[in-house]
Order: sequence, then structure tokens, then C-alpha cells
Amino acid sequence: MSRARPDAGADPCAGCPSRPVARLERLGLEARGADFVVALAGNPNTGKSTVFNALTGLRQHTGNWPGKTVTRAEGAFAYDGRRYRLVDLPGTYSLLSTSTDEEVARDFLLFEQPDVTVIVADAARLERNLNLALQILEITTRAVLCVNLVDEAERHGLRVDARQLARDLGIPVVLAAARQGRGIGELLAAIADVATGRFACRPPRASVGEPRLERAVGELERLVRERFPGLGNARWVALRLLEGDARIVEAVRSGRIRELERPARRPEAMP
Amino acid sequence: MSPRPPDALLAAAERLRWEVGDGLHDTLLETIYAEASRLAERAVDREGAAEKLPWERTLDRLLTSRLFGFPLMLLLLAMVFWITVAGANVPSAWLSALLVEHGHAWLRGLGEAAGLPAWLLGLLCDGAYLATAWVVAVMLPPMAIFFPLFTLLEDFGYLPRVAFNLDAVFRRVGAHGKQALSMTMGWGCNAAGVIATRIIDSPRERLIAILTNNFSLCNGRWPTQILISSLFIGALAPPALAGLVSAAAVVTVALTGIALTFLTAWFLSRTWLRGEASSFSLELPPFRPPRFLRTLYTSLIDRTLFVLGRAVLFALPAGVAIWLLSNLEVAGAPLAVHLAGWLEPFGLLVGLNGVILLAYVVAIPANEIVVPTILMLTALTARLGGIGSGAGVLFELDDPLAYRALFEAGGWTLLTAVNLMLFSLVHNPCSTTIFTIYRETGSVKWTTVATLLPLGMGFLLCFLVAQLWRLAALF
Repeated sequence: MSRARPDAGADPCAGCPSRPVARLERLGLEARGADFVVALAGNPNTGKSTVFNALTGLRQHTGNWPGKTVTRAEGAFAYDGRRYRLVDLPGTYSLLSTSTDEEVARDFLLFEQPDVTVIVADAARLERNLNLALQILEITTRAVLCVNLVDEAERHGLRVDARQLARDLGIPVVLAAARQGRGIGELLAAIADVATGRFACRPPRASVGEPRLERAVGELERLVRERFPGLGNARWVALRLLEGDARIVEAVRSGRIRELERPARRPEAMP
Repeated sequence: MSPRPPDALLAAAERLRWEVGDGLHDTLLETIYAEASRLAERAVDREGAAEKLPWERTLDRLLTSRLFGFPLMLLLLAMVFWITVAGANVPSAWLSALLVEHGHAWLRGLGEAAGLPAWLLGLLCDGAYLATAWVVAVMLPPMAIFFPLFTLLEDFGYLPRVAFNLDAVFRRVGAHGKQALSMTMGWGCNAAGVIATRIIDSPRERLIAILTNNFSLCNGRWPTQILISSLFIGALAPPALAGLVSAAAVVTVALTGIALTFLTAWFLSRTWLRGEASSFSLELPPFRPPRFLRTLYTSLIDRTLFVLGRAVLFALPAGVAIWLLSNLEVAGAPLAVHLAGWLEPFGLLVGLNGVILLAYVVAIPANEIVVPTILMLTALTARLGGIGSGAGVLFELDDPLAYRALFEAGGWTLLTAVNLMLFSLVHNPCSTTIFTIYRETGSVKWTTVATLLPLGMGFLLCFLVAQLWRLAALF
């Protein structure tokens, strides 16, 4: 299924930074030897599978209804000489993990620690989509927001200011209409920037608001850090423990939470 | 579980949880909602914004209206089937002339010229090849028409509207409204439908959705419905109306499936799976113009060829099994005749026959091969010749009605056809689906229930229909 990369000698524009798509090589299912792991997350029916297909050259079935993808699909692409494994997560409205599809998505973000998480959002329903985006940014800071379906939003008279959003969220924001192939080049460049560390994501840490709560969260966060010094997102774990999230409590009890201490791993890159 | 030492961190969390009270979860959510709202406010320019385009609003109101929602749904379904039935006849006849009639004779001639022993020739040509050729001839045309049509509806955004229409009913029978989506996925493939139930939060309602998914006619069963209905029920009507009447019959069976879904869900939620229906919000996505070529491509490759490939994969060994059953003689008669004869009394009692029941045993791996299996077994047990003695008169099937002649020679009546359609709707799931149910539920008990419940219901339904039919015939 992979499409050949245009021959650099034949196409003088192929190597030009202004044409990032030309540097894309769709690898289909060929995910071995990946340098980076990229997760696709987002609300249901925002076009994640369409973005997935555009990047991997696969033809995952897409459908116009929320809940089409309930398992995770994997594919791969190469860009700028690096190989990426792309994981399409089930669409969810939140990461509270009340249903199996939300659990699949949260567990992947938490325990597999993707190098980049692409949050696909619907431009016409940005407010609700940002709820999930903010929850994801509590787990991982290495993310790109892909505001998809901007063509539909424009038809409804909506305009999204990507730069404003990028400033507020501290992550790259790309406007896209994946069905038409719009914005895929910018998305690729943003993924590569975050993966290689050229772009340092700095999402703001939301405070809980009330000082009483903030004190409790702070105290527990300190205890979590003492017990698991390598933990990247101790605050998130502290919040879940304070909420009594059964799966996280169990992960602490069983010690599985230690898996979060690993540095972001590159499994297939190891010899 | 072995007792573990109390965990200091968890104990601290417990203590702090008491201190902050149980409002924390809501506070956190409110913080996130407020932040999302603030960010969206800053980043979205709503100048000239309209919630929905006027035509979209009108269409939505029409498709989900109390008055027109259901009739429009029926009309759309009927149209899809009518196009399928009307369009599939000609290529089906053409394919069976090519593959079954000429292809079989040619292959046999080739084998004979190569000097293959008779048993091997029978096993390969009359068993494996013929079953596969029949599967392709019977299955390919309706699938190649039905799947693209269905995928177009799906891409357009119609499925969530169906879910919206059915939500109230699902809630009333104690099931989850999102089950409407897993149910419509089941119309493609039950294994996929069972996996699709993952969108349902509550384990109780998810289990109901899994147990009743089998009542959604799947890929493998649509062609059975379409073929039998156009042979027996469409044929009752004048030729001009035949296509419409057989489409209506198929829609009736599909609706019976929906009714049984509701009935079974109602029963389960009042017996073993008692509980209240949980509420949820379902968003109606915007209508999106489907991309025809892309849809044609994906539905042909992903669905049609995938299902056909699976059918062929199962048809090959099934063909061998059928040939062996029909050619291994025990006490002067082929094994198949013994088995079918042994099943015959029970088959007749429920308005079917022994051959159909035997075919359903052979076809447990895949519903797709039911009709070809029935055809072959009928030909054999009706002692029509043909199989094993070269391509005889039986295989000149360039006229679809030749199938009907074959069925009638096997003792079929209208009742047999109607009950076969019903039994095809209500019987055990195929082995792939059974395995998927086990994987999703992790429970032998519920897998067994999911397998045996519809089988029992199918026998009961066919039995009742047969008795009423025979009673009605007395007057």
C-alpha cells in the first residue's frame, strides 16, 4: 500500500521545506523500526481515521458517526528521514475511563507514553473538543492540536485563530481539512518538531482553583513524587488518587504505576 | 487476594479525600470546562455564524421527526434492497452460467484429460470447486450492490439519525440507546457489531447489546434472504412487481430482527440483566456529501472482497465435507442421506427439512455458505444426478428460476422458504462471532447464552409459524 516517495532528482521541489507533504512517505502497515510513536486522539467523529489514512496511506474504513473506531488501529509513515508509528485511538469525549473505549485511549496515553499525541478536534465544536484536549494535556505535554474540518466550520461562518490557540495551549496548532488534504503538510512538520524536540511544548498547568483543594493536591503530589521519583506527571496521578479513580488506585497498589517512570521509550529502535 | 500491608500513599490519599470532600471530581471538571470555554471564546471568530445550514436543519427535522422518521427509514431500507434485488439478478445468472455451468464442465474435462482418479476428481471439482463457484455466483452480485449503497448512507451521516429514532424504544425496553449503532453495525457483520458495543458504558446494557446483536442480519445472510425471497416470494407477484415484493419481504425479515432485538432486550432487562437504562447524549453529526468513488472503492475492497474471501475460504473445506458426506456410502446410501433423513422429522416439524438443518451444521463457520450448501445437498439427496456424473441438466442455471426448480424437486414449499428466511435471521451466530463474544465478555456462560438463546428462539419461531401455516391450510 505504500506509495513511493517522489524521486528527489526528478522533482526539484521535493526537498523544499515549503512542501512538507513531498517529504512524506506513507508506509502503510510497515511499523517496524519506528523512531517515534505518535498517537491520534480526539472526540468521536472528528476525522481521526481520515487523518490516519492521509498519513499512512492505509484505507481504514471511515464512517460519519461517533464511535466508529473502538479499537486502536496502527500504521506507519516516514517523514524527513525518520520513521513514525501512528496509533489511531478510539474517539472519546473524556478520559474519565467509564467505558472500554475510553479506557483503551487513556491506558495508551498513560502507559505507552507516545512521543507525540495529535489531538484531532472539530473546528465547529471547538469548546467541547477542548475539554478533552485539556484532559489529554494533563497526562502528556508533548502534543499537537489538529483543528480539523475547518472547511465545514467556514461554511458555518466560523473562523479559528490557530496562533491564539497555540499561545494559550503552549503546543503547535494546525488548521486542517483532512478529507481534502488541507493542512496535512503543516501537521507533519508540527509532529516532527515536537518529536525531535525542536518545539518545546509548555502547556499551562491549570490550578484547581480553591486554595483548600490546591493544598491537598500539592501535599499528595509531594507524596507521590517521594514514592515514585521518576514519575513525569505526578500531579495527574495525585489528582486521580484524590478522586479515588479505581484503576489508578489499583495501579499504585500493584506497582504498575512504576511503568510511568520509564523515560519515553523507543522500543523498535533498540537493536 | 492475599492481604497486603496497608499502602502509606493510598492511606494519605484516603485521608485527604475525606478532607476535600467528594466535590473534587465536579470541581475539576468545572475548571476544565471553564478553561475550554475561555480558550474557545478567544480563538473562535463567530461572525456570521449559523448553528446549522437551513437545508440541514430541515433534513434533520424530517429524518428524525416522530411522524416521518420511521416511514422514511423503511422507505430508504426498501429502496436499498429493491436496487439490490433488481440489480443482482442478471449478473448472478451470468456468473453461475460462467462459473457453475461452463467452468465446472471445463474443469472436469481438464481433470479427466489429465487422468485423475474419479474420487479425486469428485473431491476437487464436484466438492471444493463447485461449492466455491456457487458461493461466488450467489454472493458477489448482491454484495457488490448492497455494500456501496449502505456505505453511502453511512458516510452521509444517516446512521446516527437511525439511532436517534430508535433511542426511545431502546430505553423503554431497558437497553442503551447507543445500541442502535452497534445494531446497525451488525447489519454489516455481527462480529464487528459485537466489538462496536464497546461504546456502551454500562456493562449490563453492553451485555444486552452483545446478546441481541445476532438479530441484525449480517453480510453472510443478506444474500440468502435476497435469493430465497426473490425465488419464492417475488415469484408470487406479477413480474412487474416481483422486485418490489421481494424487497418488501427482506425488509420485513430485517424488521422482525429489530423487533426480536427489542423483545429479547426487554426480556433480559427484566430477568437476568435487571436494571435501569442509563442516559447518554448522542450528537447528530453534520451531513457530509459522500465521496462516491472513494466509497465505491473502500466498500468493494474492504467489505465485499473481504467477506467474499472469507466465504470462499470456508466454502473450500465445506465443499470437500459436502462431497465426502454425499459420497461416503454407509449401508447402501450416502452419509448425507442418512444424516438428512435422521434430521428430517424434526426439520419438517419446524417447517424446514433435514437438508436445511444439515446445511446449517456444515455452515457454522460462515453463514455465507448456507445457500450453496443447501443447493448441493438438495441436489444430492433429491437424487437428481448431476454432481459426480459430469455437468448434467441440473447445472444449466442461466435462469435463476432453475434454482427454484431444484428446491421444488427437494420438496420445498412456500412455508419452507419463509421459515428458511426466519431461521436464517434467528439461529446461532457464526463461529467468528461466537469467538468475538467470548473475547469481549470473557465469559463462557454468556457466550453459551448468546449461542443457544437465538438457536432455541429460531426453532420455536419456525415451529409456531409452521403450525399456524398448517392450521390455516386446513380452512
